[in-house]
Amino acid sequence: MSQSTLTVKDLHVSIDGKEILKGVNLEIKGGEFHAVMGPNGTGKSTLSSAIMGHPKYEVTQGTITLDGEDVLEMEVDERARAGLFLGMQYPSEITGVTNAEFLRSAVNARREEGDEISLMKFIRQMDSNMDILEMDQDMAQRYLNEGFSGGEKKRNEILQLMTIKPKIAILDEIDSGLDIDALKVVSQGINQMRDENFGCLIITHYQRLLDYITPDHVHVMMQGRVVKSGGPELAHRLEAEGYDWIKQELGIEDETVQ
Amino acid sequence: MTETKWLVDESVIRDFSAANNEPEWLLNARLDAFNKAEDLPLPKPDKTKIDKWNFTQFGAHNVNSTPYASIADLPEKAKVVVGEENTAQNVYVQRNGVPSILNLSAELKEAGVIFTDFATAVKEHSDLVQKYFMTQVVKADEHKLTALHAALVNGGVFLYVPKNVEIKEPVQAVFIQDDKNAAIFNHVIVVAEANSSVTYVENYISTVETEQGVANIITEVIAGDNARVSYGAVDTLAENITVYVNRRGVTAPHAHIEWSLGSMNDGNIVSENVTNLIGDGSYADTKMVVVGSGKQSMNFTTKVVHFGKHTEGYILKHGVMKDEAKAIFNGIGKIEHGASKSNAEQESRILMLSEKARGDANPILLIDEDDVTAGHAASVGRVDPLQLYYLMSRGITKQEAERLVIHGFLAPVVNKLPIENVKKQLKGIIEGKVRQ
Repeated sequence: MSQSTLTVKDLHVSIDGKEILKGVNLEIKGGEFHAVMGPNGTGKSTLSSAIMGHPKYEVTQGTITLDGEDVLEMEVDERARAGLFLGMQYPSEITGVTNAEFLRSAVNARREEGDEISLMKFIRQMDSNMDILEMDQDMAQRYLNEGFSGGEKKRNEILQLMTIKPKIAILDEIDSGLDIDALKVVSQGINQMRDENFGCLIITHYQRLLDYITPDHVHVMMQGRVVKSGGPELAHRLEAEGYDWIKQELGIEDETVQ
Repeated sequence: MTETKWLVDESVIRDFSAANNEPEWLLNARLDAFNKAEDLPLPKPDKTKIDKWNFTQFGAHNVNSTPYASIADLPEKAKVVVGEENTAQNVYVQRNGVPSILNLSAELKEAGVIFTDFATAVKEHSDLVQKYFMTQVVKADEHKLTALHAALVNGGVFLYVPKNVEIKEPVQAVFIQDDKNAAIFNHVIVVAEANSSVTYVENYISTVETEQGVANIITEVIAGDNARVSYGAVDTLAENITVYVNRRGVTAPHAHIEWSLGSMNDGNIVSENVTNLIGDGSYADTKMVVVGSGKQSMNFTTKVVHFGKHTEGYILKHGVMKDEAKAIFNGIGKIEHGASKSNAEQESRILMLSEKARGDANPILLIDEDDVTAGHAASVGRVDPLQLYYLMSRGITKQEAERLVIHGFLAPVVNKLPIENVKKQLKGIIEGKVRQ
């Protein structure tokens, strides 16, 4: 398997007629970890939803490609099978469908009919991933996200990430609602994915996640654009000084999308 | 008044009755009902207009099918529900109206259990059948369809469990319609005497399509003192068959009746399921799943009437509507004056998968007694696009995502069905109907 490249060019996205993203440019390659930071209301989650194809978000301009293929032409499930993954901030709850059943469907969706993963192999994999994430074994038989605590939902997103092994993953505020112990466990799961064939875009407005997962590139979003990019040192400066210096530097008064 | 064109007349009934050597009481009951049928009104299921529906036009009242020689000869769909020949101990198979296979274990025969086709029952156990046939649970003159049923009964089974006999394995009846002309007028009587227990499961299977057909099905369950009856049904009749199905039970003190019903027919349906809790301390539990597709119009009334003190009635119904299917769920918990300390609970939920599907859930509590508890929950909604988005974002196709959501929606009922065999069958049949 070769390295993949996700390219976002001049992306404009609207929701209910209101433009949220106003020309985002980003490129993520296999082997790279990127962090997108920024205060609330600057368009970070919109970026992740637009890449995955959330039904409410409308791309009005620009392109998204994965290894040259037009992502915007693909249905949501096609994007996923092409190698994209989104760890969601608010995962849906689905009654009556067990976590294990759902995960197995996701795995088999990538395999040919007649070549489905054996139940034993699947369970072994799931059990070992659940151990890494320190999840109770009974979570496999509970209904998908139903009655899960905030932390359990986030662990479950990472469990899916580890099971599916996408080429490029976007993790949308995977750290929100996690206590420090859970944060360590979740980070460990994500770090374990690190290899040259896996690229990751981590969206957060806290620096603290980046204490456990070191990004290669850091981007700051304001007003629906990436306004500053740098290396890990940028995240450290944001932690120490906040966002005001960037606003001053760029002459921005209100960083949120207007 | 719409003119009802009858395909049968008295002579058809007399000939059929004579050909089957029926006792005189039954012929008289048939003729009496037939005369009343013309003037009696149709039932009036809440919120569904059925006066243009076809309840009277069908190919033939009686088709001469050759009985299946053995379980190995059954159509595939039937084999699946009957299982391996050596495990199908207590089973009745009917081909159109014709009794085909009847197995009853020696042990049960010895214990005095009667399990036989309707025609044999009225000959060999005339007094018993006469005692129960449309006398105390369902009456012939309730409306046009009950009267038509009484006049035209052409199949069904009689199951009698004597006092203190507990039947461990399910007793099964499989009704196969493989002749497009065959009209189904099955009557099922289950009598469970005091302290007995039995699980009865029936399947309706069409293997042919028909231009117009009728199924008019009535079940009467009589549960004696402290008896336990678990009644399962999985209906899969073809598209152009109008189904009237009335499954009703009465309980003596401390008796239990549990219904596990899967309505997977492809045509229009009027379904009544009623339990009259007569005896003190008696109990009714109805669990039902429905999948509607195509242009089906369906009306399901589930009713538990509490007469006895300390009676408990539970209704749990979930339905999924695809395409342009339309379903009305009426849930009625009725507590009569004097039925103190009773409890009536119900939950009805409908999930609509398409813009054109329609659903309506009407929970009704009619309470004429102070010292009782009751509750209801109902919901009707469309599938959540964010749920589908979430599933699809993991690479699952839209079709598979819908399948998971439907399966999940019905699972809380299916997983609680008390009859393991019905649970297993339904999972497969739901899958098939959803993929249609």
